[in-house]
Amino acid sequence: MPFETLLGAWVATGLTLFIFTFLYQDNPLFKLAEHLYVGVSVGYTIVKVYDTVIVRLLYEPMVNQGDWSLLVPLGIGMLMLARYFPKIAWLSRIAFAFIVGVGSGLAIPRIISSYILKQVEDTVRPLASLASGGGPTFTYNLLDPASNLNALVLLIGVVSVLFYFFFSIEHTGPVRVAARTGILFLMIAFGAAFGYTVMARMSLLIGRFTDLIEFADPRYGRATLWLLLATVATLIASGARRRDLRSCGTSSSLPSRSTMSSTSCSGTRPA
Amino acid sequence: MIFLRRQLPLLITFVAGVVFAAQYYVPHPTSELMLTEVTKWLQIISGFALVLGVTSLFHIHAVKIRRKEPGWAYSLILYGGILGTIAAGFSYSFTAGQWVNGKETINGIVTAFGWIYSDMMVPLQGTMFAILAFFIASAAYRSFRARSREAALLLIAAIIVMMGRVPLGEMLLPVSGDVTQWILNVLNAAVRRAILIGISLGAVALSLKIIFGMERAYLGGGKE
Repeated sequence: MPFETLLGAWVATGLTLFIFTFLYQDNPLFKLAEHLYVGVSVGYTIVKVYDTVIVRLLYEPMVNQGDWSLLVPLGIGMLMLARYFPKIAWLSRIAFAFIVGVGSGLAIPRIISSYILKQVEDTVRPLASLASGGGPTFTYNLLDPASNLNALVLLIGVVSVLFYFFFSIEHTGPVRVAARTGILFLMIAFGAAFGYTVMARMSLLIGRFTDLIEFADPRYGRATLWLLLATVATLIASGARRRDLRSCGTSSSLPSRSTMSSTSCSGTRPA
Repeated sequence: MIFLRRQLPLLITFVAGVVFAAQYYVPHPTSELMLTEVTKWLQIISGFALVLGVTSLFHIHAVKIRRKEPGWAYSLILYGGILGTIAAGFSYSFTAGQWVNGKETINGIVTAFGWIYSDMMVPLQGTMFAILAFFIASAAYRSFRARSREAALLLIAAIIVMMGRVPLGEMLLPVSGDVTQWILNVLNAAVRRAILIGISLGAVALSLKIIFGMERAYLGGGKE
């Protein structure tokens, strides 16, 4: 097996176990993995943004294709960095004004079209269909999202939830009934979202356990088993050190073990 | 000077907002080209926003290290993670015989940058989200005690969806798969749609306020 694969298995296993230690309590191993996660993620984003923005969107079109119009966004971007110089910090407002202005302008027609009109159009559907050669029919099939019964349920759901979030009138009388119905729809949707999220997280958890089981194989030097032992030993040592510190009454500072036993802890340790 | 500091940004916002709102209604190749170009511009400018964020992160942790605040050693680890990943991203791959330049693989050969991604970032990210399963379970225990009709509905919907998403659940409760589909496709869709309509109306109102200068929080405070 290549060395980098073996090393990768050990590193992945170690980091996975370090994160899992948080289930026991907050501890130095978890904090180490947590900070490493932030660092690696930021580093990865920097490299990707440099490659995408600076190289592909700026440097290559300007140098290879002579597209000098890109100096404009470059200049606007540089204005953002004016925030670091108090005397010219106001220049960064120009950059923000451009981004916010363009964003708002682009948003208005697109949101109205895609998220308001389209959603309303899909909600207000015929409540009965015309059968071939016959009169109007009403389809009851709940498993078909396009059935007339589901169209009715959908309409009631959308209208009642909108009523619930409509605070310009007092929720009394028929409005109260509509708002209460909206709450019931909301609760079902929140429950469904919760169940869906739980299962997604479970899927990730199964994925991590699958990796841990695979890396417990002798081909990987039983990485999971050895690192599990090391992690447990570290947690025990860390717990003992924490108990020592607590008995010394020093929770914020971290003096060395020798200092504790010789000076600050003298006379305060339980017999 | 007051014009440059306060009025000019508002004018830029107004002009940019009106032009790009109008662009949607002009189906001309020039208009489409303008949209493509400005989308590219926004990507470039947002790259500079990352610089602001990263320098802020560096500054916060530099202060922690300089003052030797509790846990300052973890800030060093964070620095190590950032710099190590950047170094790997711009290193030279001797196996592939070329510069990595942010590529995870070159001709099928995994680079050091790719190694960091697959053996550090992916496990860390996966586990970080996976442990939420345990915390969600504990939160569920506290909140799912059916103390009211609404809580009971939430509980029942959650259980049905959880059962319907796995083969074991469908085996134990055969209808759970179909009911789950109905809940997700109809009831959940209705609520999502209503919330989306509400959010969209709010977003349009906010965009209009920004374009017409009634909302100026994005300009920040400080000197006029």
